[in-house]
Amino acid sequence: MLYREAGQFKSTYAEDQQIFPIRQDRVAVALLLAVAFVAVPLFANQYWLSAILIPFLIFSLAALGLNILTGYAGQLSLGTAAFMAVGAFMAYNFVLRMPWLGVIPSFILAGLCAAGVGIVFGLPSLRIKGFYLAVATLACQFFVLWAIQRWGWITNNSPSGVIAAQKVEILGYVFDTPQRKYLLTLSIVAVLALLAKNLMRSETGRAFMAVRDMDVAASVIGIPMMKTKLLAFAISSFYCGVAGALYAYTYLGTVEPEAFTLDLSFRILFMIIIGGVGSILGSFLGAGFIILLPIFLSILFGALSHATGMQIPHSVISNLELIIFGGLIIFFLIVEPHGLARQWQIAKEKLRLWPFPH
Amino acid sequence: MNRAQQIGDKILSVEGVSLAFGGVKALQEVSFDVREHEIRAIIGPNGAGKSSMLNVLNGVYHPQQGTIKLRANGAWKEFHDMDSHEAASLGIARTFQNIALFKGMTVLDNVMTGRNLKMRCSFLEQAIWVGRARREELEHRRAVEEVIDFLEIQHIRKTPVGKLPYGLQKRVELARALAAEPTLLLLDEPMSGMNLEEKQDMCRFVLDVNDHYGTTVVLIEHDMGVVMDISDRVVVLDYGRKIGDGTPEEVRANQAVIDAYLGVAH
Ligand SMILES: Nc1ncnc2c1ncn2[C@@H]1O[C@H](COP(=O)(O)OP(=O)(O)OP(=O)(O)O)[C@@H](O)[C@H]1O
Ligand SMILES: [Mg+2]
Repeated sequence: MLYREAGQFKSTYAEDQQIFPIRQDRVAVALLLAVAFVAVPLFANQYWLSAILIPFLIFSLAALGLNILTGYAGQLSLGTAAFMAVGAFMAYNFVLRMPWLGVIPSFILAGLCAAGVGIVFGLPSLRIKGFYLAVATLACQFFVLWAIQRWGWITNNSPSGVIAAQKVEILGYVFDTPQRKYLLTLSIVAVLALLAKNLMRSETGRAFMAVRDMDVAASVIGIPMMKTKLLAFAISSFYCGVAGALYAYTYLGTVEPEAFTLDLSFRILFMIIIGGVGSILGSFLGAGFIILLPIFLSILFGALSHATGMQIPHSVISNLELIIFGGLIIFFLIVEPHGLARQWQIAKEKLRLWPFPH
Repeated sequence: MNRAQQIGDKILSVEGVSLAFGGVKALQEVSFDVREHEIRAIIGPNGAGKSSMLNVLNGVYHPQQGTIKLRANGAWKEFHDMDSHEAASLGIARTFQNIALFKGMTVLDNVMTGRNLKMRCSFLEQAIWVGRARREELEHRRAVEEVIDFLEIQHIRKTPVGKLPYGLQKRVELARALAAEPTLLLLDEPMSGMNLEEKQDMCRFVLDVNDHYGTTVVLIEHDMGVVMDISDRVVVLDYGRKIGDGTPEEVRANQAVIDAYLGVAH
């Protein structure tokens, strides 16, 4: 089937306003979901599920959260890891102290706690922008890690600050195997991604982008600056918080505060830079790219040393990895600030015209 | 001129407004009024304080002195300084001298933002989409499409505004302002940088808006031909002071105005 909208006439605004207005896109998304929900759990092995796919989904969710704040609302933040930490440790506390709540409500409450922290640390955004705001969000990073170590109840007085995520049980069903954990993560991520997509194509999303693109004009047409910025911080932190909870419960299992350092915030920032700033799809592409890159490189170097008979030391490989990584970031920042998502868009537009480019 | 809407009573009154930036006196005791349904021009040499005046009217700048009285929904309100959000909710919309569109968004989305004050759904309803949020979105889409038709920009609906030529961007900015269904429309040099044909189109749109929706227009323009053609009354500013006020003919005959434009030393 050709990728084309010819013949798909939209006679109502409702049709034009569908989430995926082009039929081929709808088919592709349906197929992708079928593969993700049915084929993957059936055929993927344990390693792929627990070492690649689950973290991919979790990082996608965190990147999506950051993208809402930075990509859509234009507020640069380095607090992503801190919001994830709030989500992870608060989920632990809700499950521990209010076991009757159930896991999903605990995750939601943990996300709301992260949203609260996000609002507090988003307050500086009312006065400062860009680089200075990013530095202000750093305060959040240090404060949250400090609080986790300082206040014993957060870690249930664990001496080293390490917590062990409780088993995940929903309505008597235990999510203990990689397959089940994957399906749980996938379901949560899919629902949250859908909600984000809806939100970003509604008034809220437009208000975020308006504030990002031209704040004076935005307030002149009546968009409330304070409410919009703080809402962006809240929603973004909620997503990061839920991602943090999943990070603890379906990926790591045991979590120490050091899992949420500034490094992680940067990693997620790089994901949206490479994947596409201001794009839901881009959050997934970026997360996939950054998770698969080291694996791809190690396969490449493996093949290279096999072919040449030369042994490349491990330290060289990991340094090369960083160099390639840095190079890519610079490349995307300069050449394609809209990331892989834009490349995908361009490819689709070409495909639409193919095979007659004029 | 033969118009559907007769010029009515005062709708806006500016009284003794002074605004300074440090030592620069952008406005000094400026007073004037605007009547319902009229097209009121503000003219003056560069740096006269015209844009500053509009910025005071919708709360972008806050004057040190003076009051602004506005009649909205039948009642007079008095302000020392406006707040942008309040100005918008009282029915004031505007365009900027240097286009202030949302560059990363499509034409359609830009115009849709103009209706943000009329949207009632919470963000949770929008996230869920089905039901009320979808209906609301559609209802406003219809209203926006009317504005898009009116300004003849249907063909660029889905284009990101950053990619459009200057003249069309000006038109999209007008569309965004109109989408709010304003009672008072402030236009800061809507025709600057346009070629003759684009200027004629823009003149026609401004007249049509005024005629068709009854919108009161306050407009800054450098092109005297345009000002004389379309405005009912003109305010002349020079060095932050009002030096003339009246019909185009009166203003043209005013010696102070002629001197200001010819650059006579003060
Ligand atoms: N934000 C600001 N900060 C400092 N000075 C300003 C500011 N805005 C305007 N001014 C000054 O106020 C004076 C009036 O400026 P304004 O932009 O209102 O003039 P204008 O009549 O619109 O001129 P033009 O025809 O060039 O657009 C100028 O001297 C200008 O430098
Ligand atoms: Mg000006």
